[in-house]
Parts: sequence; C-alpha cells; structure tokens
Amino acid sequence: MNARVFLLCLWPLAAQAQGFAGLGATADGFAVPAPGRVFDFPADHGAHPDYRIEWWYLTANLTGPDGTPYGLQWTLFRSALAPEAGEGWAAPQLWMGHAAVTTPEAHYVAERLARGGIGQAGVTAVPFSAWIDDWALNGIDLDTLRMTAGGAAFAYDMVLSATGPLVFHGDAGYSEKSAEGQASYYYSQPYYQVEGVLTLPEGDVRVSGQGWLDREWSSQPLAEGQSGWDWFSLSFDDGAKLMGFVLRGEGAGYSSATWIAPDGVTTAFADGALVATPLQSAPVAGRDVPVLWRVELPARGVDVTVKAINPGAWMEVSVPYWEGPVTVTGSHGGRGYLEMTGYE
Amino acid sequence: MTGPVIAALWSHWRRNPLQLFTLLAGLALATALWSGVQAINAEARASYDAAAATLGEGRYGQLIARDGGVIAQDSYVALRRAGWLVSPVVEGRLQGVRLVGIDPLTAPGGIGPVTLGEGADIGAFLAGRGQVFAHPDAVAALADLDADVIVAPDAAPGTAVTDIGVAQRLLGREGQVSRLIVAPVQPLVQRPLAEVAPELDLRPARGGSDIGRLTDSFHLNLTAFGLLSFAVGIFIVHGAIGLAFEQRRPVVRTLRALGVPLGRLVWLMAAELMGLALVAGLAGVALGYVVAAALLPDVAATLRGLYGADVAGALTLRPVWLVSGIAIALGGTALAAGGALWRMTRMPLLASASPRAMSMAAGRGARLQAVGALGLLALAGALALWGSGLVAGFGLLAALLMGAALALPLVLDRVMALGQGRARGVVAGWFWADTRQQLPGLSLALAALLLAMAANVGVATMVSSFRLTFVGFLDRVLTSELYVYTADADQAALLEEWVTPRVDDVLPLYSVARGIAGLPSELYSARDAATYRENWRFLAAVPQVWDVLAAGEGVLVNEQLARRAGLALGDTVAVAADRALPVAGIYGDYGNPIGQAIVTEPLFRALYPDIAATRFGLRIAPEEVAGVRDALRDDFGLPAANIVDQAAIKAFSLSVFERTFKVTTALNVLTLAVAGFAMLMSLLTLATMRLPQLAPVWALGLTRRALGRYELLRAVLLAVLTAALALPLGLALAWVLLAVVNVAAFGWRLPMFFFPADYARLGLFALLAAGLAALWPALRLARTPPAVLLKVFSNER
Repeated sequence: MNARVFLLCLWPLAAQAQGFAGLGATADGFAVPAPGRVFDFPADHGAHPDYRIEWWYLTANLTGPDGTPYGLQWTLFRSALAPEAGEGWAAPQLWMGHAAVTTPEAHYVAERLARGGIGQAGVTAVPFSAWIDDWALNGIDLDTLRMTAGGAAFAYDMVLSATGPLVFHGDAGYSEKSAEGQASYYYSQPYYQVEGVLTLPEGDVRVSGQGWLDREWSSQPLAEGQSGWDWFSLSFDDGAKLMGFVLRGEGAGYSSATWIAPDGVTTAFADGALVATPLQSAPVAGRDVPVLWRVELPARGVDVTVKAINPGAWMEVSVPYWEGPVTVTGSHGGRGYLEMTGYE
Repeated sequence: MTGPVIAALWSHWRRNPLQLFTLLAGLALATALWSGVQAINAEARASYDAAAATLGEGRYGQLIARDGGVIAQDSYVALRRAGWLVSPVVEGRLQGVRLVGIDPLTAPGGIGPVTLGEGADIGAFLAGRGQVFAHPDAVAALADLDADVIVAPDAAPGTAVTDIGVAQRLLGREGQVSRLIVAPVQPLVQRPLAEVAPELDLRPARGGSDIGRLTDSFHLNLTAFGLLSFAVGIFIVHGAIGLAFEQRRPVVRTLRALGVPLGRLVWLMAAELMGLALVAGLAGVALGYVVAAALLPDVAATLRGLYGADVAGALTLRPVWLVSGIAIALGGTALAAGGALWRMTRMPLLASASPRAMSMAAGRGARLQAVGALGLLALAGALALWGSGLVAGFGLLAALLMGAALALPLVLDRVMALGQGRARGVVAGWFWADTRQQLPGLSLALAALLLAMAANVGVATMVSSFRLTFVGFLDRVLTSELYVYTADADQAALLEEWVTPRVDDVLPLYSVARGIAGLPSELYSARDAATYRENWRFLAAVPQVWDVLAAGEGVLVNEQLARRAGLALGDTVAVAADRALPVAGIYGDYGNPIGQAIVTEPLFRALYPDIAATRFGLRIAPEEVAGVRDALRDDFGLPAANIVDQAAIKAFSLSVFERTFKVTTALNVLTLAVAGFAMLMSLLTLATMRLPQLAPVWALGLTRRALGRYELLRAVLLAVLTAALALPLGLALAWVLLAVVNVAAFGWRLPMFFFPADYARLGLFALLAAGLAALWPALRLARTPPAVLLKVFSNER
C-alpha cells in the first residue's frame, strides 16, 4: 500500500458525492454544531474530540528587510474516526499538519501526519499548545504564541502577539455552510503581530507582519454537491478586515462574509452579499487555478482585485489545494490570504 | 498466387515432419530453458521486493537500539518531537508467521504490505479490533487471531502486516518498538540524535535490502545460467533454421523458376518462420513454466534457508517473463533466419541445391572466423586484465564464450587434420578426412555442446565453491554450540554468572559500531580461545596471527573492509580514537554488507570500557546442548528466540545446499539434453545429405554396419574433444563468475575449488548425450536398404 493511496482513503476525497476532504460525510455518532453555543475559553481553544473535524489555521503576511513580501502558513487538522479521545495507538484521533512559506518566486510545503493517542500530536488549552511532531504553536494563552515548523528546505520560528479581540463569524460563531443548514463553529484571532526568522535555502531572513488564526470545528460542514471553496481573509490598509468564502457546487454556490471594523466589531453577511469572480487563471500542478479575483461586498463599498503574490502556491500534500498570500487593490488596498480547494 | 506458394512451402514440412519437429522442438527447448530460469528469478525477485517494501529494509536508514534490544515507544515520540521523521516498526513471530506492525501515517512512501483499494476501511485498520493483512501462505496459521485476517497476495511470503498498535497487542509488546525507519528526506532543522535518543544507532540506508544483497549473489548465478542456456538455445535455433533453408533450396528454386517474385517468397518464408517461432515460443514458455514450477519450491527453500528470505513457493504467471520468453523465441528466430533469408536473396535463380553448399561456404569463412575468434578471446583477456565493474565482467563472459564457440570448429579441424596425417590404413584415413569434412555441418551443434558443457562445469564449480566456502564460514561464525542474546547489560551479567559453571566456556561478544578507515564498520572482540584458533580460515594472515591478535598487536579485518579501504596485511587501522593497529589477518565475511574488524577481548574492553557484552557464545559438549538450552529457557527465563542453536543452523544450511544442488543438477541435465538434441538434429539432417558420399564407401566394401559404427564413433570422438575443450572453458567461466563478477557485484571474492569427480560425471553425461544423439542416425544408416544406396549411382551420367 503506498502512502498516497492510504492517505486518499484516510482523508476520503475520492468519492465524488462527497465534498473536499470528506467534509460532507454524514455525522454518525458525532456531535453536530447548533446555534446559540456559549463558547467556553480557554477550553474551546483546545480540541473537541466528539466533533469529526477541527482545525487551527494560521496564515501570516510578512515582509522582509528589503520589502520582499512573504506568506506563511501553519495548520493543524484533527480528523476523528470515532467521537472519542482514546489512548494509545487505538485512539481514533488522527492529526495532519501543513506548513508553508511562500515567496514571490518559491513555495515551500511540508506535511505531517500523526496518531493522537501516543503524544505525537495534540492540542491542550491550558497552557495553550498545539503540536504535531516538532511543529508547535505554544503559549501561556492564545494572545502570545511561539510558532515553529519546518520541512526539508525551510523552517521558521515566529513570535505572535494579539493586538485585538477574538472575532466570531456567522451567528456568534455559528457559521452556516449551506442553505440546508450545514454549519461549523468558527472564530478567528485576526490581530496577531508577527515577528521572527524564516530559514530558507538562501539563508535566514528576519521578517515581520500580521497573522490571522482561524479556529473551526464541525462534523459535516459541506452539503452534498458542494465540491470546494474559495476563501479570502483580507486585511485592508485602513484597519478593517474582511473574511469571506464561496462554497462552489451546483448552482450559484453559497457565500458568507464577515466584515470586521477596525475596532473589532463584526457584521455577518448572509449568502449572496459577497461576490467573488475569477478574472484570470494560471496553470498550476497540471490544472487551471484562478489566481486573480474580483471580490465585491457592495454593502461595505468593497470592490477590490485580489492577486496572488505567487500563483504557484500549490500545496502538494495528500489532499492538495492552493493556499497563498495575496495583494489587494481597488476600493481598498491591503493584503491577505487566499485558499482554494476542490480544483481538479 | 500467394495461396499456392504457401501450399508449396508448407509441403516441404509435410514431407519432412521430423525437420519441422526439430525446428519447433529446438526453439521450444531453448525458450523453455530461458523462460524457466527467468521465471524463477522473477518470482524470487518479486518476493524480495514485497519483503523489502514491507520492511523498508535497506532502502531507508534505520535507528536501532545500540544494545540490540527494543526501543521504547517514548523514544519514538521524543524523536518525532525533535524533528526526526522516523516511523516505528514492531516485529515478531506469531504462530510461525512474521508479524510486522507499521504506522501507515508516518511510514515513508512505498512501505506497506498491501494495496488498499478505494473504500477500504481505514478506521478498521488503525483502530478497533484491527486488520491483519497476511500473505496467503500465512493465513491458516493466523486462524484464531484476535483481529480480522485479510488475505493479501501483495504481502511478502510468510509475513503478515498490521497496524503497529494491533501488532503490539498481539505480540504482547505494548509500548515497544523494534526499530525506526528513517525517512530519506529529513527536515532542515532537527535536534541531534545523540541529544534526543543517545541509546539509538543510526544505520544508514544501503543500495538494496540486506536480503536483496545476499540473494543477489544467488540470482546472479541463475541469471548467468539463463544467459548461457540462451546462448545454447540460439545456437540450436540457428542450426535448425540454417538446415531447414539448406534443404528447401530446391523448392525455392522451383518456385522462383515458376515465376514467384523473390520479394514475396522471402516475405512469406519470414512470416512462416515467425508463425512457427510463435508456436514454439508459446510451447517453450509453457514448458519453462513447468520447469520453474517444479524447481521453485527448492529455490524458495534454498533462499529461505540461506538468507532467511521468504520466497513464495508457488509460481504466479508473470507477464514479464512470458513476454520475454516469446521475444526470445521470435528474436532468436529472426537472428538465425536473417542470414539465411539474405543468402537466399543473393542466390542465383537456378543455382543447384547443393547439399555441400553450407560446408563450402563455411570453408570460405574459416579465415574470417579464426580472426573473429582470436579477436574475441583477446578482448576477453584484455577485459580480464584491465576491466573493472559488472559490465566488464559480463562483457568478459560474453567475449570468452563467443570466442570459444567460434574457435571450436577451427581447433577440431586442426585435430582432425593431425589425425588424418597420422592415420594408417585406408579406412582410418577416410574416417579422419570424412569427419573433418563433416565438421562445418556439425559445428553449430558442437558449439552448443561446448557451451552447455562449459556452463555446467562453470556453474557446478561456482555452486560447489560457494557451498564449501559458506560451510567453512558457518563453522567460523558459529563456532560455539549455543548463542544467547540478552536484553541489557544487567541481564548479561546475571547470565554470565549463571551459565559459567554449566558450560565449558563462555565467549562474550562485544561490538561497537564505528567508522574504520572512513567506512561504516563494526568493531568486534574475540577472546583468545582454542575454538577460534581451530576453526578460523583466513584469506590472508601473518604468521602466528592468533598470537599477534592476543598480544593486542594486530587487528583482523573482513574482506569487504580490506577491499573497499584497500587494506593489505601490515597496513595500520585506527580501532579507537587513539589506537591504531596493523592488519594481521583478512577473513571472508560472506553476505555482510559493511566492514568488520576484530581485536582481542582485553584490548576491546580497555578501549571501550563502557560497552557491555549482551551476546555470548557458549561452548558445550554436544550431548549437553539440549539440556543447557532448556535450562536457559526454563530456569534462567531467557526467551527461546534469544537462544540460537548452532548445530541446528548448520544442519539446516547443509540441507539447503543439497536442495541448491538439486536445482543446478536439474538445470544441468536440461542444458545437456538440449545440446544433445541439437546434435541429434544435425546428425539426422546430415545423414540424408551425406548419402551420396557414403554410397561409394559402401560400394568399395565397407558394410552398412561398419558405416553405422563409424558414425557413432565419430560422434563420440567429437564429443570427447569438445568436452575436453569445454573443461578449461568452464573453469575460466567459473573463475570469471567468482573472481570478477562476484567481486564487482558484492565486494567479496569466492575462493575457487575444483571438483574433478563432478567434471568427470558431467563429461560422461555429455558423451552419453552425444552417443544417444548419434545412435539413431547410425542405426538408420546401418539399416539403409542397399537399393537406396545404389540409387545414388543411378543419377551418374
């Protein structure tokens, strides 16, 4: 059995009826998100083993001393085979880590997989620690973190400090993903100041910039027929931020957006308010992926062009996708991150 | 017009069914030999690949406990958390089956037992009751397992693979790891191994798996055998087709005289031959399959016994050798027919179908042939002297064999000329001259016999030398009656104390992995014991080598280290940071991929005071072995797996060699049979053509009986001469295989021994084959009705 086949089974992508990474699977035995949850921090920063999937997803837009823009990703996914924590090898909690550094010319990717029951990967809320192998996101709490990861050709070591509050998407953290009501719990910490050192084949680079952490967990966030998504996290020069995604599928798809004012006050926009139009595609890893977008949120006067800093930011991992830093021009200037999944 | 031409061409075969049979049978036999050997090779290789894929042996570096014991699972997690991309493997025997537990999430690509199809239940593999993927031959033994057993034909033979958690549970080894596989690409940043897990040693990846390296030697032998048998086969095919063309010249002439265009004729004959080759090739592959199926269980047992490599004892039809077998038949035919077809196109329209055409043409080509033979033999000599590497080794083999085959008719011709010159009496003079005159027609068959015979001598020498050497080697590495392994230094100390009063001698085996002369090596200790003095054989040693070693004034190195580092006796080698010693002896260490050096025990303990012996050799009177073994297990509590009974290993190894011999003997008989068949074919064909030459001799008063006797005598004489030439050729072949090819492939040279009794037996077989081949034509000649002989003269004008 080669690892690839195995992983494809593990993160079942193959079955066409299912959505990206099997997120549309039925939720037998797993808890299902419901509106009105009262979040319990810091406990909720930790893992929720009774939900099928969960992630700690950090992206950062950084700048080097010479003004070169860099993108950085640190992601930990949890995928449960059964709704229990468990111990030892038999524990049904599986973990997958993705780390990447994007420069205008290069894109470095690494992936890690681990079993949860033996201590190789996991997340604890107090003190906060999310780890897989030697990759870690550690801190006394979520406000001050040290973030490390690396692969065969890169490594990074960053310090993150939050300068604003947590932000809740959808209905106070209950984020709908389809008209049929599939949903996830979803909150973010988009206010990290990031500083640290990137180790690249050319040498070490001191960088600084902004980071954005997404926390999301669910058991079946995608509806049948939804094949992938285009997700934007944009930080505008005036201090406002926009999180928006479009779930592609049959028909017009399903969109959602959160407007985050400079003071952290959020406004959720339901399906249809956000419009994302691909303007130009680039051939990446044997397929065409849109790398230039027009993103509109008329309710907030947003009409911007989102452009990939490096169109080749393809995550060649067991479930491949596109994830990379972008620049924003138009009605608002700024930068951010773009994630696109389900492009066959 | 095509239809009638085909009918006319086919009528030749209809009138000469024997010729058709010889052509088909020759092709089929040659193909069978080739594909049989290929089948065995392919099957065995597939088995290793499965084993290597399961275990990741050799392909990846590994971390193993320095004391040879188990690794704590915590060390695994600590290494992962320090940036080491390692994957745990736990391995053990369960009801006679090798159970391998892996972690599919961290295993480097390509490791794993089975191809999980889409829809496979990963949850069931990773968690819950567990799934064990077992090779079909291991399923029965695992019947009452507390896990689901799934038949996995891809798994290595005798092996079952499961998740590491399930394996730990089934083997009762919770929290334990046997070894860690190191992914080939490691992160840019990671903490040093010595800091994270100082108790582990990194064993770097090697080119092939351990098993693969060892068994490659065996396969190389088989491959060489396959090539040789193919050469024999091609000679046969060439002969069969050449003769068929010779005999069909009248038909061709008639057809062309009737207006059939030459191009169409050539095209049709080529198509006809290819059709025949296809039929014969298929039959040959089927026959080869039968041969392989009959031999494979022995080969499998040989490999398992010799090297612990599990090879499936059953054959699966693999397209690789099916296709290669057919390709050989078609290619061989094309090669053989190309020349004949070309000659046909150049033949004048009405050239008479002279039966002597071939021998006359051969006479014209004799000089060219001599030049070719000399050139090839010179090339072989040059390669032997100055060539290096595997390619040169095989080039040398090819040049040697082809040169010898080309030279054979010329040498025989000289011998015949000599006999003719010395002959007294008319009949003797005629016998020599007639034999000489027949040589061109028989040369192909004789060349086949030469090659078959040489191959047999060469392979027999190689296998027997291998056996002698290996048994001697076993004697050395297994000098003690029992070997015991302890888990750690504490248990070792207890054991030494416990066992000392119960046995004749305790030989602790200390070892440390260190680079020697810049190569990855292991340094071992040897106690100054009579055991070693009596049993060791050196490839090269200074006088009183054991005294030098005991005095701590010398070091022994294995052949691999000596060859790779270019060490000779007297060269100094660093055995510790501050200690260098001269090489006092070089010993053969077959199958060990890395270097090894041995110093005397007191010196070892002085140099490495921290290293405790965890392995011991126990000298025990043979009749007490069983008692001590049981006491070790029952009273001292050592697991049975930690006790190795030397006598049992040796007895098993010897039985394995007996099986190897059975395999080689069977192949020998087959090649000789093929060569004998070629001879029969040539003689049968010549018999009809020679009637006009024999009729006058008969008319001059030699009886038909006498003629038949001379025919038989001639065949035996030629076979004796050929066998006499084959012996040195075979020995040269063996030398190339042992001293050139083996060294190039594995870094060690097998000493060559001679086995005159075997050669005599082989020679006898060859004579028997030739005699049998000549018997029928001779009998036919003896019974030829006088009317047929008389008819020869009726055409005289």
